[in-house]
Amino acid sequence: MSKLGTIVGVDVGGTFTDLFYFDEAKRSFRTNKVPSNRGDEAVGFLEGLQGFGAVSHLTSIVHGTTVGTNALLERKGARIGLITTRGFRDVLEMRRRDRRNTWGLWGDFIPVVERDMRAEVDERVLSDGTIRTALDVAQVTATARELLAKGAQALAIVFVNAFANPDNERRALEAVQAIWPNDNVACSSQILPEIREFERTSTTALNAYLQPVVGSYLQKLQNALAGEAFDGRFHIVQSNGGVMSTDAARRFPIRTALSGPAAGVIAAAEIAKAAGFPNVITGDLGGTSFDVSLVVDGATSLAAQTTIDFGLVVRTPMIEITTIGAGGGSIAHVDAGGLLQVGPESAGSRPGPVCYGGGNERPTLTDANVVLGRINADRPIGGKLKALDVEAAKRAIARHVGEPLGLGTMEAAEAIVRIADSKMAGAIRLMSIERGHDPARFAAVPFGGGGALHVSALIKDVGLKAALVPRYPGVTSALGCVIADIRHDQVQTLNMFVDGLDIAALTRWMQSEAEHAQGVVKDARLAVERIDTLFELDMHYVGQTHTIRATLPAEIRDGAIALTVEDVRKAFETAYQKSFSRLLPGVPIKIVNLRTAAIGVRPRFDLATLAPDAGADLVKARLGSRDVWFDGRWWTTAIYARLDLPVGSDIAGPAILEQPDATTVIAPGFKARVDQFGNVIVERI
Amino acid sequence: MTTLDPITLAVLKGRLEQIADEMDATLYRSAFNPTIAEARDACHGIYHATTGDTLVQGQGGLPIFVGAMAFAVRAVIAKVEKDGGLEEGDTFIFNDPYDGGTHLNDFRLVRPVFRDGRVFCWIASVGHWLDIGGNVAGGYNPKAVESFQEGMRIPPVKLIAAGRMNHDILGIIEANSRVPMSNWGDLNGQLNALDLGERRLRALLDDYGDTTVSDAFEAFSDRAETLMRAAIASLPDGVYSFEDVLDNDGIVDEPLTVALDVTIAGDTLTLDFTRSSGACKGPINISRSTTIAACYVALKHVFTEVPANAGCLRPISFAIIDGSLLAAGPPKPVAGYTETILRLIGVVLGALAKADPSRATAAPFGTINALSIAGHRKDNSRFVMFSFFGGGLGGNPATDGLNHANNPISTATIPPVEILEAAYPVMFTQWALRPDSAGAGTHRGGVGAVYEVELLADADVALLGERGKAAPFGVAGGGSAALNRFTWQTADGEAGPPMVSKITDLHLKAGKRVRLETPGGGGWGPPEARPVAAVAHDVALGFVSHAQAREVYKVAVAADGAVDDAATRELRAGGAA
Repeated sequence: MSKLGTIVGVDVGGTFTDLFYFDEAKRSFRTNKVPSNRGDEAVGFLEGLQGFGAVSHLTSIVHGTTVGTNALLERKGARIGLITTRGFRDVLEMRRRDRRNTWGLWGDFIPVVERDMRAEVDERVLSDGTIRTALDVAQVTATARELLAKGAQALAIVFVNAFANPDNERRALEAVQAIWPNDNVACSSQILPEIREFERTSTTALNAYLQPVVGSYLQKLQNALAGEAFDGRFHIVQSNGGVMSTDAARRFPIRTALSGPAAGVIAAAEIAKAAGFPNVITGDLGGTSFDVSLVVDGATSLAAQTTIDFGLVVRTPMIEITTIGAGGGSIAHVDAGGLLQVGPESAGSRPGPVCYGGGNERPTLTDANVVLGRINADRPIGGKLKALDVEAAKRAIARHVGEPLGLGTMEAAEAIVRIADSKMAGAIRLMSIERGHDPARFAAVPFGGGGALHVSALIKDVGLKAALVPRYPGVTSALGCVIADIRHDQVQTLNMFVDGLDIAALTRWMQSEAEHAQGVVKDARLAVERIDTLFELDMHYVGQTHTIRATLPAEIRDGAIALTVEDVRKAFETAYQKSFSRLLPGVPIKIVNLRTAAIGVRPRFDLATLAPDAGADLVKARLGSRDVWFDGRWWTTAIYARLDLPVGSDIAGPAILEQPDATTVIAPGFKARVDQFGNVIVERI
Repeated sequence: MTTLDPITLAVLKGRLEQIADEMDATLYRSAFNPTIAEARDACHGIYHATTGDTLVQGQGGLPIFVGAMAFAVRAVIAKVEKDGGLEEGDTFIFNDPYDGGTHLNDFRLVRPVFRDGRVFCWIASVGHWLDIGGNVAGGYNPKAVESFQEGMRIPPVKLIAAGRMNHDILGIIEANSRVPMSNWGDLNGQLNALDLGERRLRALLDDYGDTTVSDAFEAFSDRAETLMRAAIASLPDGVYSFEDVLDNDGIVDEPLTVALDVTIAGDTLTLDFTRSSGACKGPINISRSTTIAACYVALKHVFTEVPANAGCLRPISFAIIDGSLLAAGPPKPVAGYTETILRLIGVVLGALAKADPSRATAAPFGTINALSIAGHRKDNSRFVMFSFFGGGLGGNPATDGLNHANNPISTATIPPVEILEAAYPVMFTQWALRPDSAGAGTHRGGVGAVYEVELLADADVALLGERGKAAPFGVAGGGSAALNRFTWQTADGEAGPPMVSKITDLHLKAGKRVRLETPGGGGWGPPEARPVAAVAHDVALGFVSHAQAREVYKVAVAADGAVDDAATRELRAGGAA
């Protein structure tokens, strides 16, 4: 639809900012990697972009961010106020009466809005949408003023049963905006018009909690881009793996909660599928964390609801990702009980590992990899440093790990890596084995700066079939930004019965939801081949409270939707039978929610673009050899320039494949080959 | 037995737990009544072919059922031994509380999984059905003196014989409930779960071979036993005693004692309940198997590292007097069994707190408050709203107790207000945390809740609750929590039940409100050692009143929320101020 241009995917992680530049007309690409500056991400962001020339020449920038996730996990969102129905101010804190663990009774919970910032007003809507108590607008105004006086930077309005009738909420929203004309106020029927007050309150409150943080972050980036005379499009990746406009991101920052990781999973799934590995476990090892996600038969798994932390429930579709605190910057220490621990405390990118010379004196996973010779100290990733300080890393490991445990420095360094490997293996097991998948059918796709360092150990520890290291593992998330489709998901609770269904009313809802969703996609103004609209109904037999998702065969043709009651019933029964063995003939069927997704399908990215040159030569790619420590001793290890390896290369371990943004370690007992796209496939010999 | 490599063992553990989890999930998603679908009052697992021991349990199953299910399978094994005739494709159904059950609402389905013509193992499903007759809709009849007033009792019988459904039994069940459609939906959900479990298990056996899987079962149990022995051995040898009381049995207004003497000797544990009360007239008796299941729940909460299978019970012995409150036989009423097991779990926590102060946990709120609101909608269809409510957990060495949590016997989530209001003619007017309900302490208990609901149709209301007279206790110097409180609107004010938290035959008109205020958890450590700022914060949030701050925490907080340092110093120094 739009003309071809130059697009850059930017993934800002905790340690590095990765960029992937693609010239759509020339079908050529470049990558870049610069250190992130926590707290002032715009600096690294711009520096990275400038690596591709003048920023003003770019057509479009797509950004994957962890600023929302970090604010949630570290509880660094804004001070916000919540206005709710009289009698219900504690919904957020009461949750669904759950506890942290099935077994064990300890632990408490502090909600993101404490009780003194949650206020009640007189109003009441019944479950059928009838207004039982009209809103007292003056009360709302007074309440909002009080919350603002107490320092609220954003306000969330959540009324009971607002999914059935949003009138009171909308009037309250208008009243607040009249005295506080501000974008940082929203009501629950705008964010999630779906039944279940806790989930809706939590999602709306967390959205408000992130709004000032994400809003000011985006503003900083936009100012920086404007300063460079950039007048192209600037977009954000959502947790569902689709792209949205920055305007949408400001309104729905909660949808960015897993933005960066989702982009990586999208790209990894795409790369693995093309390479003939439809079943993979992606593992993103960054500076501070390891994110694992499951791809089965080429499809990423979307969860309707995610619990970010106990009691922090977000109900928007998200790619399912499990995160553990183990990354290159994770600090190794010996705890009071004499056990070696790696993480979750991290040295991040500033001051960074000891070997960066940034002032940190406690050893990290990266330090251990450097000391073992696995990371080349003379060619550090990121390009800022000339060389890594191996001796400093050795001293730190000896002092903080070797001496307390009575181990030599090398043994201590290997122990650090082993602990980190087993933590990563545990996370992969959780995603695969514990969900009933046989790991022998799966390949690991490591990405992020450090994942490829650990592939051999992961194959061995988990019992995986193989590992696939993408050609540019360090910029997988950035690549995902470039290839992700535009997507907007919506939900609306309808509560309609299939018997005597007013099909015209249903299709009217579908049409208006579709128009809105498509509008959001179009507003993103990014090149798309077409916009697909998907309709799903959450349905159940009357009496059940859980629903099943039935995909409607409906299409919009000439502005109309052809759909019959029989189509709806059949869609339900097909879905029900697939999940449960028995239908319940005679029991009435109810439609609870309508789910609408508009997907702006982007032009396909040809992964062959990434493949090695035809002239590549294995002999020329050989850089020499160095001693690398494996299994308690030094091994003379062949070193290759990864990007110079030709298609079809076969390399037996021990070997190390180096490239500017990542290092792949092939341990003794493993071998590697290069496939037609330039991916490295690692397997046991 | 062959030695399995650790990876295969880990894979099998994951896959088998996954099967149980999927069975749980299947029932939650397809059940009709919110007590299963939302509150997850259900459980699934895989059980030993000859002993009925729990081999594998899902992560999501209701904790009390996790302990109780082995007894259900044993009841079916005993039935088969007596009557014979077990065939592939059979499925048994029963709810007999005295023979492997809990209370009449809990329907068990037990199915053999045959391999090569022999029972390889059993799979089973239990779920709490909404209504099975009896005097009170929902089954929690606080006035029952015999189980006949609680509903229909079914011993283990074949619902499905060699794959053929016995519709006669379905007909009997249907005729004995106020809400047959709901029960039918739940039954189908349970059958769905068993079908799925059997399918998944057979696929797994085909993949790995029967021998490998049965070896793995044994290895899991051995591991649980080893871990439980290690956990017990970490406690100092000795005898530790603790007791608590139930308010009354709903019929006779006298307290009932649950008393425990724990003996720790090396890596073994004896739980002696012989000092407890005899069986009572009202419905809060429990059967022996329920008592053992409840002890298992309590121990699992303390020793969280021990896996959930039968192996962990091997180092533990019990002393319980037959025919007592904790080992009642037919036809003693048992509908309110939850109240008694909650007291029992509290008593185990209290005794272990003495054995190991570093694990000391104060009492959880300790009552489920089974509230039933039943009547007819405008279209004359019958409704039964049946729900359990939350309260606070106990303070402990690590943290304050959790506000508004579920009981230790449950992982049940509470149904959302909006789901309840969509399903029943009720309107909640309050759903809130309850000030001053937590036990004071250095780490206070979690606060309880206030639920107030207006009836939108005439209704019969019944409640079976506890803790109206004996409050949840604190440990290590912590204070007790507030009492449970239930009231309803009358023409000229409010009224409460004579038996405090137990009532039936309460007929209320549309427009009237009922109100339930639940206890918090007990406190841990002396209240005057709680940091002044934490007390002031609790006052600012409205969890602690100015009066409680002053009198119990010895902190003077002014009306504007500021701490009066001088007065506080004097209060904490022991002055009257």
